[in-house]
Amino acid sequence: MSENQRIIEIEVLRYNPETDKEPSKQVFDVPFTDDMSVLQGVQYIKDYLDGSLSFRWSCRMAICGSCGMMINGEPSLSCETFLRDYYPARVRVEALAHFPIEKDLVINMEGFIEKLESIQPYIIPKEARTLAQGEYLQTPAQLASYEQFSSCINCMLCYAACPQFGLNSDFIGPAAMALLHRYNIDSRDAGKGERMELVNSEEGVFNCTAVGYCSEVCPKHVDPANAVNQNKTNSAADYFMRFLTPKGGAK
Amino acid sequence: MESYKADVVIVGGGGAGLRAAIAVAESDPALKIALVSKVYPMRSHTVAAEGGSAGVKLPTDSLEYHFNDTVGGGDWLCEQDVVEYFVAHCNEELTQLEHWGCPWSRTPDGHVNVRAFGGMKIERTWFAADKTGFHMLHTLFQTSIKYPSIKRFDEHFCVDLVVEDGRVQGVVTIEIGSGEMALVEGRSVVIATGGAGRVFRENTNGGIVTGDGMALAYRHGVPLRDMEFVQYHPTCMPGTGLLFTEACRGEGGFLVNKDGYRYLQDYGLGPAEPSPRNKAMELGPRDRLSQAFWYEQQKGRTIEGQHGSVVHLDLRHLGEAKLRERLPQIYELAEQFLGVDPARAPIPVRPAVHYTMGGIMVDGLCASPLPGLYAAGECSSVGIHGANRLGSNSLSELCVFGKVAGEEAARFAKAAAGNSASLLKQAQAVEQRLLGLKTKTGGSERIATLRKEMAQTMEDGCGIYRLAETMQATCDKLDELKERFKDVNVEDKSSVWNTEWLLAIELEYQLDVAQSMAYSALNRRESRGAHQRLDGFEKRDDENFLKHSQAHYVAGGAPRIDYGAVKITKSQPGTRAYGAAGEKAEQERKASNV
Repeated sequence: MSENQRIIEIEVLRYNPETDKEPSKQVFDVPFTDDMSVLQGVQYIKDYLDGSLSFRWSCRMAICGSCGMMINGEPSLSCETFLRDYYPARVRVEALAHFPIEKDLVINMEGFIEKLESIQPYIIPKEARTLAQGEYLQTPAQLASYEQFSSCINCMLCYAACPQFGLNSDFIGPAAMALLHRYNIDSRDAGKGERMELVNSEEGVFNCTAVGYCSEVCPKHVDPANAVNQNKTNSAADYFMRFLTPKGGAK
Repeated sequence: MESYKADVVIVGGGGAGLRAAIAVAESDPALKIALVSKVYPMRSHTVAAEGGSAGVKLPTDSLEYHFNDTVGGGDWLCEQDVVEYFVAHCNEELTQLEHWGCPWSRTPDGHVNVRAFGGMKIERTWFAADKTGFHMLHTLFQTSIKYPSIKRFDEHFCVDLVVEDGRVQGVVTIEIGSGEMALVEGRSVVIATGGAGRVFRENTNGGIVTGDGMALAYRHGVPLRDMEFVQYHPTCMPGTGLLFTEACRGEGGFLVNKDGYRYLQDYGLGPAEPSPRNKAMELGPRDRLSQAFWYEQQKGRTIEGQHGSVVHLDLRHLGEAKLRERLPQIYELAEQFLGVDPARAPIPVRPAVHYTMGGIMVDGLCASPLPGLYAAGECSSVGIHGANRLGSNSLSELCVFGKVAGEEAARFAKAAAGNSASLLKQAQAVEQRLLGLKTKTGGSERIATLRKEMAQTMEDGCGIYRLAETMQATCDKLDELKERFKDVNVEDKSSVWNTEWLLAIELEYQLDVAQSMAYSALNRRESRGAHQRLDGFEKRDDENFLKHSQAHYVAGGAPRIDYGAVKITKSQPGTRAYGAAGEKAEQERKASNV
């Protein structure tokens, strides 16, 4: 390593379900250079100090969504958070909040996947179209209306930020709601009616207390709080409409 | 040991694996599909593809042009009948993705837009800003949820194939969360595990891109074809190797040396014009651009940086608004990782390993020589990339051949006899072997040390330019590392999320794949596409080497290399030229054909 190398303390919340009653912290001295991410610091620990440390990672460029962790208490992607910003203080890394820990920095994300699957995250076509007919026309403005909500990388930082999800893990939560909204407002889609049942349900939007921290921590500017709130309006309208129309609400 | 019975097993949940799974489900909903992936599918490395996916779209374009670009770009080492099938099906597959919701960027009237890409005569690269792979992967993953016959085995690591009666009949997996191993039976298996770029030091690839499926097929006697052809992408982040998409240049970016000079004009790619011209300058093919970088470095015209020599990718003249619209991810990567605002300063870049052109040898229907075993995507060598892949052909490949592999695997599974009764016994033997790797004590080799030495020797011997002496040194070093691997130490003895154990298994895959690359490279005594030599074999030698290399696994020894024919249908090998020279060559070809 270069002469610019310094040593930073990384405090890691460790937990091995096979031997530990509860998580405990362990501190490592890690040599680092200015361009090293927290992920690279944690990788250094695994490579040279303690091979048993477990964490998820892959792309290193904030697009695969694997490496979310609490870094000094804030939900962050460890690949795009840099050690230099904490030095000379110690940096603390822990598994994402509000999820069960499987081991060390690895959380159980099955619940999230079930939510994602439950919202019918695929086009339910307005009009069937054969491949020979070519693409559906969608103007740049129509694309822009949902594009940000399609940018979610499923990193779950928003769940770690959401106080309501912390209280009630059944709450559908920010990312899944943003994805639901993404399909509902896509000009090619006609599935809104089916999806609104979930929006209106006990696990739906009204759990949200509009704290907005989800959007603050989102690394991709998806703004899930905005999606949730647009659906509160939709849901209220839907609730009202179901008394007035024979089909029961959403168009 | 648990066992699960499926009809078709798919290993890998990236673009090709998901497309294959959907194809199986659509061809016969009664077929049970096991989709095995060592990560949740949306983490697969397809996610990191940026620039776009090729498919003829404009009225000025034609399938013939796409064919010629691909075959010439591959330095004529392509299976031409397969390329012909490929270019004829790209548009249809990309349209299918559109119907499934992929947020393709649009023209003002609502049609899918296309952009220019390296080595492509006409704009034909469909794109979703600069996150095309991300959007394609999430679209495929989310769409796959519609099909109840697809049972996903997320975070299940495939550790072996089960072969009996001369055909593949399933796979053995480790459930990462528990450490439990299982037999997943199928009457056919599709491998779609991606490339192997992580065997090199500086690369654009995610940590999971470790050549798993290639090594598995290889160990079971399936040749790895054309493995010496490894693509260096010319514009990557120094140090980490992270990718700055070719779309930066497709949108009009320049590459300049330390004097601010667009040096590509000195390497047969000119003339330099103020705006991008297809198949010229910055829109030349990747092998040529990376090679030009190497020469600039030799001439002392690069810029010295903390992580080696760099040149500048200059996007300033495109302006912030266009960069934010067309290249938003690139903008953020430059800002966050390098502290560079690309609208105001050039981005330092250097070449890094990006893509493995070669892979599991399969025919045009994605079938390997092992009955029941299919492969698609980067792990495979179906024959479309030859000696150098063109940017945006690989994302289309995932869809076109993912579908073919799925349909063929479904057909095979329906026709195949039932599985043998003794598969579990074989799986249990695999379990014992791998548990042994974890439970043994007293090893003295650190996984990371072996991995780093492997990656360094691959860079030293199998880089942009190659010499017999250094390639031989790499082969020797890999032999040494394989020997030292026997003494590897897995500190972690636990069951739950023992990623150190998985890293050891991956490293063993990587060493096998690295060997196939290095020995294939050493044996190819010519220069073609991404394989360039400086030791008396500087020219392409069609007489002796217009052939696919085929590396055969030899337990405990060096791979055996032999050669197979290349399918030439309508394009005889010619001079590969770009820029003004390329246009002249094309006119001459046309004139001589009349």
